[in-house]
This record gives sequence, C-alpha cells and structure tokens, in this order.
Amino acid sequence: MDALDILFSASLWAAAIRIASPLIFATLGELISERAGVLNLGIEGIMTVGAFAGWFTVYQGGDLWLGVVAAALAGSAFGLLHAMLVVPLGLSQHVTGIGITLFAASLTYYTYRLAFPEVTSPPKIEPFAPWPVPVLSDIPFLGEALFRQTPLTYLAFIAAGLVGWFLYRTPAGLAVRTAGENPAAVEAQGIDVTRVRIMAVVAGSALMGIGGAFLTLSAFNSFYFEMVNGRGWIAIALVVFGSWRPGKALLGALLFAAFDAYQLRLQQLAGIFVPYQIFLMLPYALSILALILMSRRASYPRALMIPYRKGER
Amino acid sequence: MTDTVLHLDRISKRFGALLANDAISFAVGRGEIVALLGENGAGKTTLMNILFGHYVADDGSISVFGKPLPAGQPHAAIAAGVGMVHQHFTLADNLTVLDNIMLGTEKLWRPAARKAQARQRLTRLAQDFGLAIEPDRTVAALSVGERQRVEILKALYREARILILDEPTAVLTPQESQSLFATLKKLTAQGLSIIFISHKLNEVLSVSDRILVLRAGKLVAERKTRETNRQELAELMVGRPIAEPKVEPQPCGEVHIEIRSVTTSDGLDQASLTLHGGEIMGLAGVSGNGQTALANLLSGLSRQASGSLHIFGQDAGNWTPDRMTIERIARIPEDRHAEGLIADMSVTENVIAELYRDPSLNRHGFLDWGKAHEFAKAIIKRFEVKCPSPQARVRLLSGGNMQKLILGRTLSLDPRFILACQPARGLDIGAVTYVHQRLLAARKAQASVLLISDDLDEILALADRIAVIYRGRISAPEPRKAVTIKELGLKMAGHGFGEGEAHAA
Repeated sequence: MDALDILFSASLWAAAIRIASPLIFATLGELISERAGVLNLGIEGIMTVGAFAGWFTVYQGGDLWLGVVAAALAGSAFGLLHAMLVVPLGLSQHVTGIGITLFAASLTYYTYRLAFPEVTSPPKIEPFAPWPVPVLSDIPFLGEALFRQTPLTYLAFIAAGLVGWFLYRTPAGLAVRTAGENPAAVEAQGIDVTRVRIMAVVAGSALMGIGGAFLTLSAFNSFYFEMVNGRGWIAIALVVFGSWRPGKALLGALLFAAFDAYQLRLQQLAGIFVPYQIFLMLPYALSILALILMSRRASYPRALMIPYRKGER
Repeated sequence: MTDTVLHLDRISKRFGALLANDAISFAVGRGEIVALLGENGAGKTTLMNILFGHYVADDGSISVFGKPLPAGQPHAAIAAGVGMVHQHFTLADNLTVLDNIMLGTEKLWRPAARKAQARQRLTRLAQDFGLAIEPDRTVAALSVGERQRVEILKALYREARILILDEPTAVLTPQESQSLFATLKKLTAQGLSIIFISHKLNEVLSVSDRILVLRAGKLVAERKTRETNRQELAELMVGRPIAEPKVEPQPCGEVHIEIRSVTTSDGLDQASLTLHGGEIMGLAGVSGNGQTALANLLSGLSRQASGSLHIFGQDAGNWTPDRMTIERIARIPEDRHAEGLIADMSVTENVIAELYRDPSLNRHGFLDWGKAHEFAKAIIKRFEVKCPSPQARVRLLSGGNMQKLILGRTLSLDPRFILACQPARGLDIGAVTYVHQRLLAARKAQASVLLISDDLDEILALADRIAVIYRGRISAPEPRKAVTIKELGLKMAGHGFGEGEAHAA
C-alpha cells in the first residue's frame, strides 16, 4: 500500500468523518456565538467539561443520550458564565474566554480527581456503537465511508443543517446575524441585543459541550486529561476558514479531519525515515496554508468582539 | 391642523445635572412636516429617543392617534405607527436589504421566515413611494443615499404613519438631499406625518410646514415656515443675534500654490489650480470626486504621478508632511475623529502633535511638558475651547470644541496657507460662525485658504473665487459674484468637463 492507495481506501474517509465529528459540533457552536458578535475562547475548556460531564453521567449508570444532554447542559452553563461576563458587563472577550478555558478545564480535572482519587488506569464505559444506516450502508465505498458511523456523527451533520437553517431561514437567526453586524439595528427594532447574544453564546456552548462528549462517548470510552487536545482552537480557525458560514465550516472540518486521518496512515507506511512529528504537524501546517488562501477576503461579523451598550454609538 | 396624530405633553428628561428636555409640549397633524430645529445639544435627539422608547421621560406623556404610548418600549412605538430613521443608520452592512428590512417584523420563534411574501411587499412599497431598491443587494454595496432609502422603507414596511428623521441630510450630497425632500413630500401626500430634525436652516425652510425651535432643552418658538426667515430662525436657535460673515473685498497677493495638470494614483486627473495670498478659494463638488486626493497632495501625503506642484514659489513635488508643517501650511482635516485628533490622548498631546519636535518644546532631548501645557492653555484660552483642563482626554470634548482645538493648533502657528476640508461639517451655527470668522481673519492676514466643502452655502458665503472638482478634474475658478448655485450644481454633476475643455483649462 502506498501513499496514493490510502487516499482511495474507504477506511480513510470513514476515519476522516469520525475525526471531523467533534470539530463540526465545536465549530458550529463557535460560529453561532461569533455570528452574534461574541468570540468564545472558552471553547477548549467547555469541550473538556462536556467530555467529562457526558462520560461521568454514563459512568454513573445514565443512558448514553442522557450523557449527551448532560454534556450540552454543562457546556451551556459555562457558556452562560462567559456570556454574563462579556455581554452585560462588556469585559474583554479574549481575556474572559481564556479564563473560562483555564477555569473549566481545571475544574473538570479537579472533579475527576475528587471522584476517582485512586485510579491509575481510567475507568471505561460502553460507548456509542456504529449504527449502519439500512440500505445506504450497503453502497460500495460510500456506504463504508459515510453510513457506518455512530449516531453522534450523524447528529453532527444534522446539526450543521439545522444551524444553517436557523441562521438563514428563521427570524431569530436573522436577529442573531444582525446582532453580530450592527447591534444598534437590533435594538432599533425593539429586540433585546443582550438577550440575543447571551442565548447565542449559551446555545453555541451547548454544541461545544456535545463536541467534547463525542470524544468520551463515541471516539473513546473513557476520560483522559488533555483529551480535547487543541480541538477547540482548531474550531476557532475553522470558523474563520469557513467565512462564518455553516456549510463552508463543515467542509473545513472535513478537510482538516481528512488530513489528520491521512497523516496517521502515512506514519505507518514503511519507507524512508521521517520523524513522525512531521506527520503530526501536517494537518496544522496545511490548515494555516488553507486559512491564508481561503479567508483573506472573508467578511467577518462587523460587531465581533465589540461590546454593545444601549444608547452608545 | 385637522387631525392630530401625535401629541407630546410636558415631556421632561434630566441627565444628571443637565436638563435635556424641559416640559416640552407639541402636536403633529396628519400629512404635516414638522421641523425640529436646534443646535447640537439642544435636546432634539433626546426628545425623539423618548418618543421612540429608547429613553424613559422623567415626566410628561405622549399619545399617538389618541392613545397613550407606554414609555420606554420601542416595540410599542413601532406598533403605534412611529418609525425612526436614525442619524447613524441602524443597518447591518453584510446583510441584504431584504434581511435588514425583515429584522424584527416576525415572531422570533417562527421556524421559517416568509421571505417571498416579504419581498413582494417590499417591492410594492418601493413602487408606491418611488423608492427604487434591489432587495438582494448587500447594504455594504449601497451608496449613502440608497441606505437612507432602505431605512425609510424599513419604517414604511412596519406601517409607520409618523416618521422621525434625525439629521437625515448630514451624510447626503446636495443632490441626494433634494431627492430625499421629494420623497418626503410624496409621503405626506399619502397622509404620513413627518418630524424632521435638523440644524440646517435652509433645509428646514425648504422642506417643512411648521418649525419648532429648541434651545437648551426648552421649546422656545413655533413658526409657520411661510411666515419666518433664515435670520429669525438663526437668532431663535442661538438665542442672540447672529452676524453673517462679511467678506470684505481685498486685493489678492502673490501666488502661493500652483498646481499644474497634476495626476495622482488616488484620483486627480490633470488637475490645475492656482491660489493667491489673501484669497479664499472655494472648491465645490460632490464628495468622492478627488477632494481627498487633492488634500493628500497638498499635505504631502501623496505624490503626483505627473504634473507639478509649486508652493510659495518652490518646487514642492517631494515635500513631506513634516516639511509642509515647517513651511507653515495648516491643515484642517476632513474627518476630525479619524485624522484630526487622537481621542484617547490629552488636549496637550493633541495640540503639540505637529510641533513636538520643535526646539521650543524640548529640553535636552526630552519633551518639556511644562511648556507644552502652557502652549495648550494659551490655545484653549485664545480659541475659547471649552475643556476641563489641558490634561483632559479629547474624547470628552464636543464636536465644536474639537474643531476649535484643531483650528487653534493650526492657526496659532500663523499659517501662510490653510487647507480647510469640510471645516464646518457637523457643527452648530455658533461654532460654524466661529470657524468662518477665523478663516476670514487668516485671509485678512494674507494667508491663502483652500476651502473644500460640499456645502454650497458655505462656499458662496466665504470664497473669493470658486472652482468645481469633478472626477479628479478642477474647473477654471470664477469669481463668486459671477456664479449661481444652478451653474455650480450643473458643474458638480459633470457639465462642462468634456475631454477637450478640461485639457484646455
């Protein structure tokens, strides 16, 4: 098997889609928040919280789907904290976001240690099993790549469609987009900007929480320290890469995941000796390149990171 | 007045120590255009924000179509048929016209917006009122006049019967203003009532039926437009007699500035212009026709690609902005917030911005802050800048005082040439008069002044000679007495700028 053959193996694309799933949730969450004008750098920590909350719920005997709900709720709780600090109080969104990330992640690890003071090898749960879609999963190649995934992966794609519909087809989505462009316009129509922004951040954080939970409930079967591993930061880059559009962001997530899956397989190729770190670096280097090419002309939400205070110009 | 559609009863609003509105009462009738006239800070905008529910009045009540309007709820005001076009447009640039108009017109939790229906209604409205607009263009691609049209359509879409326009012409060209006025007449013909907020006398006189004058929070006068005039309104507004600037004839001196068929990459196209000492040259034109390019050229910010520039008899083609300052060329930039001042720095720091390298302000290579503060204090005193202290941040000053500060900074250096770009933009009458007097005083001291303005009244009041700039070309200047507004308007629209003529000039 050489480097080119890998590209045409269904297992590569199945893996890409699996790897993309948490990124899709997280990117959609960040996208909603930024579309309303709020940068949420708490994403990395919120994903950690979601990963733990989902896994712990299941570990305590909860249903897997209850775990997903718990992850969403835990994520939105930290989202609410971020929103309260940056929307009504107007604090710096960068600084607050980084604070939320540090706080949420540390609190998670602390809780983990409280719950499991003695364990050395992480306790396991029974994660989501792949659910082949009837009929579709029998299609050669495509079936294996797309339709033998876990339910959470399907949910990620459904979520992308729903977020797109919400932003572009509903009156509430229009209010969110306008809040990120010119909050005064929202206020002038008698809609409360503060409320719109808070709700967008909270909803986005719920998605980030689910993204984190994907790792513990679907990709792996236990909770590790540092398991989110920069996926939140990647999601922030993917939002820019996708020019703040759900469809393009979804493509970006898939592209990144494909690189990641590809490099994992390249590492195993017998051949010339290259340090494996080079392969690890590949997806990140390529995403920087893609960012440069794709997003130079992206029009970002005009009011992104600008706090809104009533009556001020 | 037959049917009263809006009635304000003893509205008062206090901000700390400032009484912004003091028991203001008035009524508006159906199909009437009422102008609310007053200087900046007279309380016009506060009053309208109360009417629209952005603020809650401390006292008084409002009724619309005979029903009391609940205070502090923009929703209620919109539902009662009040529409507001803000001075700063409340549009989202990256969204389409249709999106902007639809925002807030449907229940937020509808699963899908009714776009097709909305588009149809918008198109019909646009036709009915003669406000042509393309629903699918993004607002960012529209001109300022078109954006205002969107704002008006937004109000009409919400079935506004009373339309409030806050300083609607502040950002419009004269042509756009004229088309706005025509639109307003069309609206009132269909039974809408309009409140037109402005501090520009000519506009108020040409568009309104009735004029209410506000001064320092009080309603000081009410006049039928037919029965009043410019002079009376100006005095009512300011509260004291106003002297219109008098331009005394004087012979002009030697040539100061000589631009010879200069072309620049940022917009001048074989432009030529000569200025003499002791002369004010008015440059009229619709904004965006090369005024900025000319200002950049004359302040050393850009270079000519071809042609030549002579200042005070020397070749100034490669002068830097620093050299320009040394040669005593004063600049009053077009946008005082963006280019004129640094809002978060102190008055002193702003005042010495062009001078800080001057030996008089330095000691052993360090800035002498004592002297700098003295210099600032002298300017504050001489130019009557109202500010708490030289250490105050410029952000805290009013627009008029910011402009006085800029004037002070440039005029205190005893300039030989003054480049005045829109020097009176956004200022109230008192401040405008002040600025004009200072420019005339400089003229008397044999300085040359290039007055770039899109306000024809200003140019006709001050300039000795008038030229028009159009697409980077400058018409041959004519003495003020020899031109009419109509001729200028035609030139501003490009008449007389044919290929051959421009080269000949």
